[in-house]
Amino acid sequence: MPDDRANAETFEALAMPLLAPLYNFAHWLTRDRVEAEDLVQETYVKALKGFSSFRPGTNFRAWMYRILRNTFLTSRSGLKQTVSLDDEDNAVQEPAAPDNPESLLFAQADEQELRRALDQLPVAHREIILLCDVEEMSYKQISELVGIPIGTVMSRLSRARQAMRNLLRERVHGVSR
Amino acid sequence: MTCFPADKIEAYLDNELAAQEDREMSQHLASCHSCAATAFGSRKLKLSVKRAASSAFAPSAEFQARIRRSVAPRSKSFWLPGLIFATAALALAFAFAVVALRPHPASQDLLAEATDMHVAALASTTPVDVVSTDRHTVKPWFEGRLPFTFDLPDLQNSEFRLIGGRMAYLSQSPGAQLIFGIRKHQISVFIAQENREFAPLGAGSRTEQKLNFNLETWSDHGLRYVVVSDTTMADVNALSGLLRTARPPSW
Repeated sequence: MPDDRANAETFEALAMPLLAPLYNFAHWLTRDRVEAEDLVQETYVKALKGFSSFRPGTNFRAWMYRILRNTFLTSRSGLKQTVSLDDEDNAVQEPAAPDNPESLLFAQADEQELRRALDQLPVAHREIILLCDVEEMSYKQISELVGIPIGTVMSRLSRARQAMRNLLRERVHGVSR
Repeated sequence: MTCFPADKIEAYLDNELAAQEDREMSQHLASCHSCAATAFGSRKLKLSVKRAASSAFAPSAEFQARIRRSVAPRSKSFWLPGLIFATAALALAFAFAVVALRPHPASQDLLAEATDMHVAALASTTPVDVVSTDRHTVKPWFEGRLPFTFDLPDLQNSEFRLIGGRMAYLSQSPGAQLIFGIRKHQISVFIAQENREFAPLGAGSRTEQKLNFNLETWSDHGLRYVVVSDTTMADVNALSGLLRTARPPSW
């Protein structure tokens, strides 16, 4: 029992500081408060149960995100949203609009518009942008977490960002572009 | 001069290019207006996304408390997973009756309760019922509301400031919650009459860390004090020291 207790204490110390970022990520994935709470709760319960299998010295944060992501994928809303992206990853890239005053574009897009655009992206695009830009994970970490090759991380990210730009452009300049 | 595709430029901004390629990109961006403009736009998007999405959604105080309870060692939820576990626990309790007589986790509950109340008060839109930096205002406010009285320290020569106070219930007994500030942190001080529930904590001062909150508790003249804050243990100890030496003010 003392081992269990020490384990639980270590887990608590490692896991509690991740609550806010994990919740934020979960909310972005599920787009719903209650579902985000359920997802995070389930993640913590699973992680605590499986904590003995966590290898000290490896990245605890990445481990927690992996559990959260896997839980999401098997959840109701996760199943609804995950269409295979493999085809899309191989698809021809949507061309960037030729006119490119992007600094102007983002100067005009406020936080609300950015959030709305991010919200409109397919979940796999939203996810990869969040992992890279908000969670600041490396391509290698993302590749391990999402289970895709590093080259695919790069192309999916690029496609996701292009989609984001196009959405913002539509918002700022009206539907025509 | 060959230009780079957009995904390479983005990988450069994500710090993901190998050293050689990274150097080439830096040199290229310094001389190519078109790639530099793309890089500028991409960087702007990256930063804007981070700013807009980072803390777009925050967990509620109740939810945080729920998670905290579910992962806290020896928390009640450990005893709930099922009848089997409960039965086993009961058997253990009988088998080790002697052990069961040792310090009761109720004392731990008190500290957890104090931590929860501290967080709840800070999250509340009305964290204090009596707002005053003057101890001569705050102390009399509790008169008639509490079955005991206490002294507040003179803070003039310290970094601490009094923010206000509110009524609080510690293990069902009425008490005072005083909120102090230091730098950008807030500290809650709970004062209630000593009772059997708190006895296992002992009279002497003891400190604990819970979820990055620092706590100090002691008993003095029949009153139980609990100091909780996210500031450093040194601050918590310092305020506790001031409280212990507080004397009735000369009015």
